Amino acid sequence: MSRLSDAFRHKALIGYVTVGYPSLEDTMKVVPLLAESGCDIVELGIPFSDPLADGVTIQKASFRALQNGVTPEVCLETARKLREKVGIPLVFMTYFNPVLSYGLDEFCSACNGAGIDGLIIPDLPPEEGEKLQQSTGHCNLDLIYLLAPTSTESRIRLVAERSRGFIYLVSVTGVTGARAALPEDLTAFVARVRRIAKQPLCIGFGISTPEQSKEVARIADGIIVGSRIIQLMEEDKTLASVGDFVRGLRKALDEIPT
Amino acid sequence: MAKISLPDNRGYFGEYGGRFVPETLMPVLDELTAAYAEAKADDSFWSELDHLSRDFSGRPTPLYFGEKLTGHCGGARIYLKREDLAHTGAHKINNALGQGLLARRIGKKRIIAETGAGQHGVATAAVCAMLGMDCIIYMGEEDVRRQALNVFRMKLMGAEVRPVSGGSRTLKDAVNEAIRDWVTNARDTYYLLGSVVGPHPYPMMVRDFQSVIGKEARQQILDKVGRLPDYIVACVGGGSNSIGIFYPFLDDKDVKLVGVEAAGRGIDTGEHAASIIAGRVGVLHGSKSYVLQNRAGQIMETHSISAGLDYPGVGPEHGYLKDTGRASYVGVTDSEALEGFQLLCRAEGITPALESSHAVIYAARLAATLDKEKIIIVNLSGRGDKDMSIVADALGVKL
Ligand SMILES: Cc1ncc(COP(=O)(O)O)c(C=O)c1O
Repeated sequence: MSRLSDAFRHKALIGYVTVGYPSLEDTMKVVPLLAESGCDIVELGIPFSDPLADGVTIQKASFRALQNGVTPEVCLETARKLREKVGIPLVFMTYFNPVLSYGLDEFCSACNGAGIDGLIIPDLPPEEGEKLQQSTGHCNLDLIYLLAPTSTESRIRLVAERSRGFIYLVSVTGVTGARAALPEDLTAFVARVRRIAKQPLCIGFGISTPEQSKEVARIADGIIVGSRIIQLMEEDKTLASVGDFVRGLRKALDEIPT
Repeated sequence: MAKISLPDNRGYFGEYGGRFVPETLMPVLDELTAAYAEAKADDSFWSELDHLSRDFSGRPTPLYFGEKLTGHCGGARIYLKREDLAHTGAHKINNALGQGLLARRIGKKRIIAETGAGQHGVATAAVCAMLGMDCIIYMGEEDVRRQALNVFRMKLMGAEVRPVSGGSRTLKDAVNEAIRDWVTNARDTYYLLGSVVGPHPYPMMVRDFQSVIGKEARQQILDKVGRLPDYIVACVGGGSNSIGIFYPFLDDKDVKLVGVEAAGRGIDTGEHAASIIAGRVGVLHGSKSYVLQNRAGQIMETHSISAGLDYPGVGPEHGYLKDTGRASYVGVTDSEALEGFQLLCRAEGITPALESSHAVIYAARLAATLDKEKIIIVNLSGRGDKDMSIVADALGVKL
């Protein structure tokens, strides 16, 4: 049984941070803060040199983290240390090349050893994920696939068959990044997926306010917030505003009648 | 002999290729693959492409016997496939025209493309102007600087050039940014990718559109000398001009195929762009192939005097040709390429692109080791007008 399923006892709040941005000490501080403030799962981003699914905020964070010498090894070590501090599930979000370069089996067993619960790899569609899926299967890791507004019914079926833990719904055709407004066809998209998939559905990309969270979480099982957290970490080095922000999101989600 | 029919239906050439892209693009690639298969089976598509290749691009390009160059080298006879004479100055127009017609057929009017040297950007801008489509070109800031002339040409033809400031500010980053645009505007935008890289079906499609080079060259050499060449030499950036000339010769086992990569300041300095020679298998920009990367799987910054070769990846079919031994790959440094550039200028009155100069110098040296009956065809992928200020700089000349 996936440890991630614990998160869905209520509307799940998933936070994203890039490991090593602005510094590794900040990562060690912010993840427990996210957990305390109401996140149910934290996504730890392993920085990649060519983050083609990311908007400027996470691109910059990745670039800086790489300059800080962050590697997959450093991320695993950081996860291991965070595991001693927080009980909530941790998943890695990264691109396929660093994983391939590490070795699929080696990477998955290292993740398992570090207390990681799942993987999100935006440039690895299910068609290319079979080998990694074997490795994650042996190591108690959930391989979480993504769906997008452009996904066809047959692709929704494929992802519904393969995705473990939850399905990551990309709210917009686009890259990551905080947005003022979310697309109108989101409800229809979620409904299309809901008809086919049994997994919890989490919506990410573009969510940056409590109001948006509430709106989105009404139709989903969880929401994912990344770029806004990174921006707040930039603006306020004490991280106090990150805590406030996440508590605000948690409150908004808890106000949704069940 | 069985005609090689790769890639397979998942877009793989052996273990290379595939589709490693965000989910948003997967349905788009399915559609594109289906649309291309339909176009490929439609004679009217090819007859329009043939017609425009002739009247717009100036095909067929000549196969020219470089008698003076041959004499200078004192060995094998060197023939030049004159892609430098194609409209807009390089082989890139072959692919831009093919994909432009495909985009029009699919009904997409907004075209985006990446460019390194600017040749693919110029070719795309020209095709978009001719077909009446909107054109946005992504180009690394560093390339905008070193290829200013081509930036101006693109703008004159109505394209919007968007400088890319991320990462190494060269071709790789321009591709990232083009993919981000594509993910964002997937429904109405056609990505006109410029080389045999990227997710399936691009490596196959671009190869098909570029193989006109090899088809013509094969017939031309048969017409001129009554036999096939012993060697074909072409430079390899993403790998489109080389695949284009290699592909129609793949089943001619006695024809040796040589791809020339940019060895920059020397392979051992780490400042180069020789993905096949010095890279290892990885995933970049949507497909699996040889990639220049560090131990942690981060893509490396590359260096070449020629912007068009300054790229850390290479098309998946080249990975396959290398592993099967059908083609071999060598490196040529910046300074050797400059020597090739000057050699062809002096010996034949032809100014090659710096990219093509890599192939020229390798072929010249190879020729010198072979006897006079042997034949080498060099793919002269482009002309050097765009490179004048770089060459002047490198030679210490003030313009
Ligand atoms: C003249 C010329 N030759 C070669 C190349 C390298 O590309 P490819 O390896 O795809 O032919 C370029 C790319 O810009 C070019 O402009």
